[in-house]
Amino acid sequence: MSARRLLAFGGILAIVVGMTFGDLFAVFILHPNADRIGEQLLAATDAVSAGQPQTVLAHFTNIGRLLENRGTKVDTHVHAIAFGFLALLLALLQPYVVLSEARKKQLAKLFLFGSVLLPACVFLIYYLGLAYSPLRTIGWASILADFGGLLVILATGGFLWGVWCHFNSNRAAASDVLLSASEWSSRTLRAGGTLLILAGFLHGAYYAGAHLYEHEARETSLLTTMVDRAAARNTAAAHAAVQGYGALAGEKAVAIAAHSHVIEFGLLALLLSFIQPFVFLSEHWRRRWTWTLLAGSAILPAFVQAEMRWGLVAGGIADFGGLLVIIALCAMLTGVVRYTGRLDGSTGGAG
Amino acid sequence: MNLSASRKLLILGGLALIIFAMSYGLWYALFAEHQALEGMGVALATGFAKAASGNLTESHQSIQQYGQIKYEYVRHVDVHSHWGGLAMILIVLGVIFDRVGFSERRRLYIAIALLTGSILFPLGVILQTASHSVIPSALAVFGSVLVIAGMVAVAIGFAREPGVS
Repeated sequence: MSARRLLAFGGILAIVVGMTFGDLFAVFILHPNADRIGEQLLAATDAVSAGQPQTVLAHFTNIGRLLENRGTKVDTHVHAIAFGFLALLLALLQPYVVLSEARKKQLAKLFLFGSVLLPACVFLIYYLGLAYSPLRTIGWASILADFGGLLVILATGGFLWGVWCHFNSNRAAASDVLLSASEWSSRTLRAGGTLLILAGFLHGAYYAGAHLYEHEARETSLLTTMVDRAAARNTAAAHAAVQGYGALAGEKAVAIAAHSHVIEFGLLALLLSFIQPFVFLSEHWRRRWTWTLLAGSAILPAFVQAEMRWGLVAGGIADFGGLLVIIALCAMLTGVVRYTGRLDGSTGGAG
Repeated sequence: MNLSASRKLLILGGLALIIFAMSYGLWYALFAEHQALEGMGVALATGFAKAASGNLTESHQSIQQYGQIKYEYVRHVDVHSHWGGLAMILIVLGVIFDRVGFSERRRLYIAIALLTGSILFPLGVILQTASHSVIPSALAVFGSVLVIAGMVAVAIGFAREPGVS
């Protein structure tokens, strides 16, 4: 398998795994975990009312563990997908990388190894903790995850060097089937991807301008209200503040998830527009999967944002959108697997 | 035909920016993230424990401290993810930039706007942790305007893409 196909295959696989993990996490862990954090926070405010500092600390230890569980899983999801995107990008750039095919393969393997190591070890941080660690705050899982990140940086640096050599040597622009892909599915994915990214930018700008600072101020205000009311033994008001805090966490989570997912899917659509010649399916099926992917890419962020108003119904529709993206990706991955190597042979070392 | 200047700028700029973003993330994970997370946990727990002991003044101080640490933590993570995300968009646009239906001169201006915005927007965000003046926020807003304007131009350029080969 050429370096290019290794990166393309590994990239799509990483995105599929990262998205499936994210969907499973959203359905089975995210909401129960948030409920448990809310319960612990309520118990902590009750302990404040009862004047029991030690009990308060015990509840916050539990909250810390629950947040670590959530945080490491979000990081696993985000990094797996980001490395998948980067692998696809590097696959595209291969005609501009002036290195021997053997060196490119070494770099591709190094990149993919680091891309697996980092998310896998981030996932394990919660379970392994500081066991046998030589350091006080960082466990073995964190050390290995950081090492994985270093490998990815080194491999990307190697490819950057290859691209730099290409530009420095004043070679002609590489002619390549992938870079000139212009069939219907490629063009539609390119247009859809650009619009999704633009929508994500505008949504992010709106959130930063209208809500970010207000949310940060409200969080501190709600926490202060919680301790004040609890200390005054006004349990009902303290519990109301805890509920307000939970609602605020929900508001922030859906806004950030909508923003990041719409851009992520836009980038994914742009990247997939290039690899359509690698997708060995009939034109009819390629069109079908293109629409499926774009529909899922619009449904998920739109209904994630609607979760605050429509609750679990919107959450279910958002998850369905995520499922559509995963199904379309799996279909395209199947097409890539079916690809016979015709392209590699005809371009004579394009990748 | 040589590769156009706009594509060179986007591809090399994007690759350099993503390596910088990942290095920044690695540095932060190794030397600052664990301390920040521990600091937030300790400050919040202390805030509640002090309230349980009846010391509301210290409780409020701890909660304010929690708010400050979280303010900085959120921006560090945002900078890492935004530099990385924008860099990937620069690279992918660099690969297809010849399909943006404008003259090379205009494409170069758009590429400069996109690269400058992609650097300045997260830079402004991270500078907010060092200064609460208006300058970092203005820098972040200016950077984001450049990126959005550049992206609008790219979308229009794709719509003007001359005949499909």
